[in-house]
Amino acid sequence: MSAWEQMRESATLMCKSTVDETVYSGCFAGKGDLTYLQWLLHSWGWTLVVALVALVIALVLGLVIGVMRTLPNKAAVLFGEAWTEFFRNIPILIQLLIWYHIVPEVVTPLKAVSPVVLACIGLGLFTSARIGQQVKAGIATIPKGQRYAGLAMGMTLTQTYRFVLLPVALRVVLPTLTSESMNIIKNSSVAYAIGVTEMIYFATQAGEETSFHSTMYLGVTILYFISAFAINRAAAVVEKRTRLHGALGGK
Amino acid sequence: MALNLDLSFLTADVVKANLLPGLYYSLQLTVVTMVCGVVLGTLVALMRLSSRPWLQRIAAVYVDTLRSIPLLMVILWFYLLIPAGFYSFIAGGYGLAHRPEFSAVITFTIFEAAYYSEIMRAGIQSVPRGQVYAGYAVGMTYSQCMRLVVLPQAFRNMLPVLLTQTIVLFQDTSLVYAIGAYDFLKGFLTAGQIYNRPDEVLLPAAACYFVISFSLSMLVRRLQARIQIIR
Repeated sequence: MSAWEQMRESATLMCKSTVDETVYSGCFAGKGDLTYLQWLLHSWGWTLVVALVALVIALVLGLVIGVMRTLPNKAAVLFGEAWTEFFRNIPILIQLLIWYHIVPEVVTPLKAVSPVVLACIGLGLFTSARIGQQVKAGIATIPKGQRYAGLAMGMTLTQTYRFVLLPVALRVVLPTLTSESMNIIKNSSVAYAIGVTEMIYFATQAGEETSFHSTMYLGVTILYFISAFAINRAAAVVEKRTRLHGALGGK
Repeated sequence: MALNLDLSFLTADVVKANLLPGLYYSLQLTVVTMVCGVVLGTLVALMRLSSRPWLQRIAAVYVDTLRSIPLLMVILWFYLLIPAGFYSFIAGGYGLAHRPEFSAVITFTIFEAAYYSEIMRAGIQSVPRGQVYAGYAVGMTYSQCMRLVVLPQAFRNMLPVLLTQTIVLFQDTSLVYAIGAYDFLKGFLTAGQIYNRPDEVLLPAAACYFVISFSLSMLVRRLQARIQIIR
């Protein structure tokens, strides 16, 4: 079979129904049926949903943990550090398997919850440790004098963080947050192990069903590329928008 | 089904029969990948910093491609694409019997080389330009200058980062789960299956990975403090 014929066959395959042998001319089946292309797009949706929800969790918790690690309070620092080390030193696969198999046995309400939610929580906490690390490093780059100046002016500690430290620190860590958002898309692939129907799940399942593994893998790989590229662009826009005059490569 | 946290089934015999072979493979995979990955990564970094545009482009495509797809996808790709005939070359029948294990070694080396190359690139760029000029001035060729002046310093500057990446790599080796290679995690899961604690066994597995990664990162931190002084 020539390469051209192979490509045509692969394209036909993507337009085929996942249930029977029907091939849809527009590649999109009507109600009650699904082509492989549609299935692929659905799984892309799940990848993005898991990654984005996890990213929100990770940003919020990461910010809290990062700030805690810089507070003038031993207990807070210790808690932040324990959190970071705990979630950083266990492989994400094992963490997700624990969220799926063990946590619902202890916290029974979680039994009714779909694995997607568990994947979001697990991935979010895993990433929060890394983001917390970066937020802490970002705050550490600001000269100590700024903190003291804020406090000396009569600002409370909260105000000092809110108006003096964080506005600069968050801009410093923005580039690393970009790579962390790309990582979270990549790490969301691990959620396939707990039955989230994201893209790796699609690739293995559809590959099994059709025996056209490489076609399915290729489709998924292309969508990962597109996702990574989109995040990269979006981050560049955010970085440009939030840049301060006279600092950090600004004008 | 409630949790049965009685883990007394993890006796010395089970550890020896199920866990140690897995741990041995995971460590092997980590070390082989680190050594081969750093060598390959350094070559890629040199390509990326070379003055020939086509070399730069090849290196950039290699690194950017691998860095924008998940490791899991790469593991699946290589497992699919490496032809069965390839394994028959490895150590007689041994290669064919351990396809996932060998496939993982190749995958990880090629994948991690992309990450190591970015670290080495930063390392090479951290060496002051004057050093290169000094090398040329005393009559060294490009390769002598790289080998004797730049790379040793780059390597030393980047050692903590390379080792930190290796700890991440050690954790990522658990992803060979996808192709069923017998690694440390698989060892735990197998033991759990045999003794009917398929879920509970994840807890000691997590603890072991934690202890290994945490103590390694403590060592790296200490090493970093020790070699930092040069300037």
